[in-house]
Amino acid sequence: MNWTAIWVTFKLASLTATALLLIGLPIAYWVSFSKWRWKFIVESVVALPLVLPPTVLGFYILVAIGPHSPVGQFYSDIVGHPLPFTFEGLLLASIFYSLPFAVQPFAAAFEQVDRKLIEASWTLGVSQVGTFFKLILPLSKAGILTGVVLSFAHTLGEFGVVLMVGGNIEGETRTVSIDIYDEVQALNYVGAAKTALLLLIVSYGVLLLVYAMNRKVWTAWPQK
Amino acid sequence: MAAEMIVDVTKTFPGRLPIRAGFRYPVEASTVLILFGPSGSGKTTILRSVAGLEWPEEGSIQFASRTWLDTAADIRVAPQDRHIGYMAQDYALFPPYTVLGNIAYGLGELAAFDRKKRVEEMLELFQLRGFDRAKPGELSGGQQQRVALARAVAPRPQLLLLDEPLSALDAPTRLQLRGELRSLLKQLALPSIIVTHDWAEALTLGDVMAVMSEGNVLQVGTPQDVFNRPANADVARVVGVETVVQGKCVETREGLATVQVGAISLTAIASPGIDSDVFVCIRAEDVTLELAGSVETSARNHLMGTVQAITSLGALARITIECGFSLTAVITRSALSELGLVVGTAITARFKAGSVHLISRR
Repeated sequence: MNWTAIWVTFKLASLTATALLLIGLPIAYWVSFSKWRWKFIVESVVALPLVLPPTVLGFYILVAIGPHSPVGQFYSDIVGHPLPFTFEGLLLASIFYSLPFAVQPFAAAFEQVDRKLIEASWTLGVSQVGTFFKLILPLSKAGILTGVVLSFAHTLGEFGVVLMVGGNIEGETRTVSIDIYDEVQALNYVGAAKTALLLLIVSYGVLLLVYAMNRKVWTAWPQK
Repeated sequence: MAAEMIVDVTKTFPGRLPIRAGFRYPVEASTVLILFGPSGSGKTTILRSVAGLEWPEEGSIQFASRTWLDTAADIRVAPQDRHIGYMAQDYALFPPYTVLGNIAYGLGELAAFDRKKRVEEMLELFQLRGFDRAKPGELSGGQQQRVALARAVAPRPQLLLLDEPLSALDAPTRLQLRGELRSLLKQLALPSIIVTHDWAEALTLGDVMAVMSEGNVLQVGTPQDVFNRPANADVARVVGVETVVQGKCVETREGLATVQVGAISLTAIASPGIDSDVFVCIRAEDVTLELAGSVETSARNHLMGTVQAITSLGALARITIECGFSLTAVITRSALSELGLVVGTAITARFKAGSVHLISRR
């Protein structure tokens, strides 16, 4: 089994999930609470990776961060090397690719919070930010966990975006799913099967966790 | 300068009649204003505007010397900065927190020691000892109401806003808590605004009463005034009870209470726990009129008097009778002409003991 690829994959998925927790929460908060009339435009952009072929998304990200774009130039001026075909570039692409998997469960959880509770918090003198941390977050625990776990799992299995933006560099951007593809190309079915099974078990385990956390029947006893 | 509450706002919800409410009244340490009206009259919207949870398109709200809203001057004070206590109709207790956590929620600015002390005070005052570790879902309706009230008053707000504070409770609990709430409000010496559609609550709790209907404030006055002297037919229709007089409950026997109103003695159904000082309330439609000198009936109360005033209410007529106190009756126009009532006619007013409602006043 290609342990380097496994390590790269888990590093990528963990960092993506962490980044999405930090970026996704404010976006989801804005999506749930903004009364802006054109909000749906932003919502649609966030959801775009759900329907866009990963190669298309990867292509645009590649162009956007490439040495000829302002963003890419800015990055290589500061860091000293270009962003495409590096782990950092891949991380950036993964964040975009998994954005809806974090933002949508977060926003759904926020929308479940009774507005009357939020108003009660305001009248008790607690600011909007304070209300978010003291009230909305604890009430949205399950939804936030779902978002983090789903974006982690989704990143584990990404293929098209990795290939477009990351290339296939051992120890840097070669992830498990690409490794499987390579093994099959080399007709090494036994190696591919091992890695595939690992990915299957991890993905299934992660989903088990999500569905178990969201089971309403259980919330009765852990609270006491 | 006496502190004053001045509200003058316009708020429109799509597809509904605009709410245009204006009223002002002097606020003292424990003045309780009742916003009274049927559901949909806009009273909750006014309360929420005072809380800063609803933003009227136009108008101003002033409390004491502070301006909370002035659309002309573009002043909009956030609810956090108004230092109010607000209790929603369904209490809105925070499910993730215990009773203790709920009460301490608004005390973030206090040092830990003071916070603990304040929470202890609240647990004592609201008789919540022993429940401090319970989650809101494990409490009865009455306990939830007390926690919500404790949470609202714990930060020592300058104004307390209660939206239908008793309506979520079952009838016996409501009756008991009505009296408790009254003494509690006086004890806290905290000016409050209470929204209700229940006239008994208005009489028990209120010092000032604003009657609302279809988005307008129709009359502002003491509850007794509003009930006895409705400014117009709309107010009379909204408040429903036309006669409210002070009385003394002198005797209770076999489930019947004898109540002295001036020189007149009335019989009422005795309700448990009634005080000696009461408001006597009689709905005008429960009073029947006969020309003087008629036969015995089953009605326990028959009072001799003279007609003082007759007001037309369309198909009905409102008759004010002087019979030792001022009693209002509503009868049909045909009855009016059959009896040939004019101002000065001697008449007997009758009503059953069950029509005499006694409200304790403290």
